[in-house]
Amino acid sequence: MTELPGDLEYTEEHEWLRKEEDGTVTIGITDHAQNALGDLVYVELPEIGQEVESGGEMAVVESVKAASDVYAPVSGEVVAVNEELADDPEKINADPYGDGWIVRVKPSDDGDTMSPDEYQDFLDQLED
Amino acid sequence: MPFIPHTDDEVEAMLGAIGATKIDDLFDEIPRELLIKDLDGVPDALNEMEVSRLMRARAARDRGARCFIGAGAYEHHIPAAVWDIATRGEFYSAYTPYQAEASQGTLQTIYEYQSMITSLTGLDVSNASLYDGASGLAEAALMAVRANRKSKSRRILLAAGVNQLYQKVATAIAGSQGLTFERLPLDVDSGASNLDELHNQDDPPVAVVVQQPSFLGVYEDVDALTDWAHANSALVIAVVNPTSLAVLKPPGKWGETGADIACGEGQALGVPLSSGGPYFGIMTCKQGIVRQMPGRIVGRTTDLDGNPGFTLTLQAREQHIRRSKATSNICTNQGLMVTAATIYLSLLGPEGLRRVALVSQQQTAQLLEILASIDGVERAFAAPHFHEAVIRLDRPVGPVLEHLAANDILGGFDLSKSYPELGNALLICATETKTEEDLEAYATALRDAMSATA
Repeated sequence: MTELPGDLEYTEEHEWLRKEEDGTVTIGITDHAQNALGDLVYVELPEIGQEVESGGEMAVVESVKAASDVYAPVSGEVVAVNEELADDPEKINADPYGDGWIVRVKPSDDGDTMSPDEYQDFLDQLED
Repeated sequence: MPFIPHTDDEVEAMLGAIGATKIDDLFDEIPRELLIKDLDGVPDALNEMEVSRLMRARAARDRGARCFIGAGAYEHHIPAAVWDIATRGEFYSAYTPYQAEASQGTLQTIYEYQSMITSLTGLDVSNASLYDGASGLAEAALMAVRANRKSKSRRILLAAGVNQLYQKVATAIAGSQGLTFERLPLDVDSGASNLDELHNQDDPPVAVVVQQPSFLGVYEDVDALTDWAHANSALVIAVVNPTSLAVLKPPGKWGETGADIACGEGQALGVPLSSGGPYFGIMTCKQGIVRQMPGRIVGRTTDLDGNPGFTLTLQAREQHIRRSKATSNICTNQGLMVTAATIYLSLLGPEGLRRVALVSQQQTAQLLEILASIDGVERAFAAPHFHEAVIRLDRPVGPVLEHLAANDILGGFDLSKSYPELGNALLICATETKTEEDLEAYATALRDAMSATA
């Protein structure tokens, strides 16, 4: 059973996003995703100011066994990246919805996201 | 007998299991117009006896002549033990480790090699080698573009003394990915790059490539070039001759913060000239950009029982894991050449390599002095040189070289095509393999050649 905070939105690529009060969106990968990847050893972050496109590659998370793209769930401009992941990528394993956040984007669209219940259904289907 | 272990029945069963009727079906996603029907340039097959005879005849053409050509590949003495050990059954595979962790000896050899090359270049990490120096530069340029994400440029600026063959190879490999290669002009008096041209670089390049010693044997101002590049947000790629690093400042110490990537031809370390190959490429870089480095990297670790062991590391960058998003399509190394180089360096040690470098430099200095005293021959640059130098003749170089070759002297590399601004220029090289008598023989043959072609 993976942890799914109720105040977040989710994508089929196993990213989560939180709409912040200042209009930006914080993005990370879900507990399910970090669990499937295993111990993370490296995170390749985008540049601040970089434009990302919904569905496009935004970052790379690398574990000992695989390197996977993190796709942008919304279009927009990168306004912050979690620099601490450079030295401590395992923050994503330890706290995927908190200290393990990856980027903050100023969105220019709503993206295509799911509610926690919808994502849970999606995960259940994957397991079937 | 073809080396395919499957019987026709087995092939048919496997095709049936995936719903294909013939092997060609596996390639049907390749557009028909791209398929080549015949390989016109490939001659008919030869049997083993015929191939042996052909290769013996070709090898015989290398023998007997005294070689004074450098230009990227160098004749050095190779202790007999190097290839005696390298061709032992345990090592005698030119291939990269596939069942890697079961090959601890191979991995340890590569690890020792990497340690030696990082020590020589003064950088943090070495890969397990690349194909050769030229393709190494292409990979270094692609790596610099990946690592320097802040730069929007795809232009690589080369110092004037970068091997032009390397530029051609790099253009062939990286040109299709949008990289362009440009050169600083040559200062014909000093033989080094004309650095005044740096002031005219309005749009900074993504990387600057500096070959040290330069193709012409002289020294570039590596500190100035490195600091200029870094001040303009460009990475620095060093192209180096590993022998020279026994006596020269390593790339990791160039300028204020050092070159970012070093690459070069490794052949001088225990690999014979062999008419041009196989050789191997060296590559090292700073720790911060290691994930952009192509190829294999061996790391030292401890196993579950606490014993030291060796393993391939950072494999997540490679194509067997990242597929089309891999850092590079290089998923191999030159295993046998690297084994020979590791043995060569172990036998010589730092002091031995230093002596090879110094004696080669002295032999070339002496050759330069003897040849420049001949009428119609002059030294092209007054500047210090490593184990190559340029002489200028008062007549075209080609016929003189032919005359020398007829007397079993391979007199050097004719520069008149690659550096026409230098006139009738000839690049000469004498390593520690040349004796006083060899140098005199060259001088005598050149005197004859000059009177014969007058």
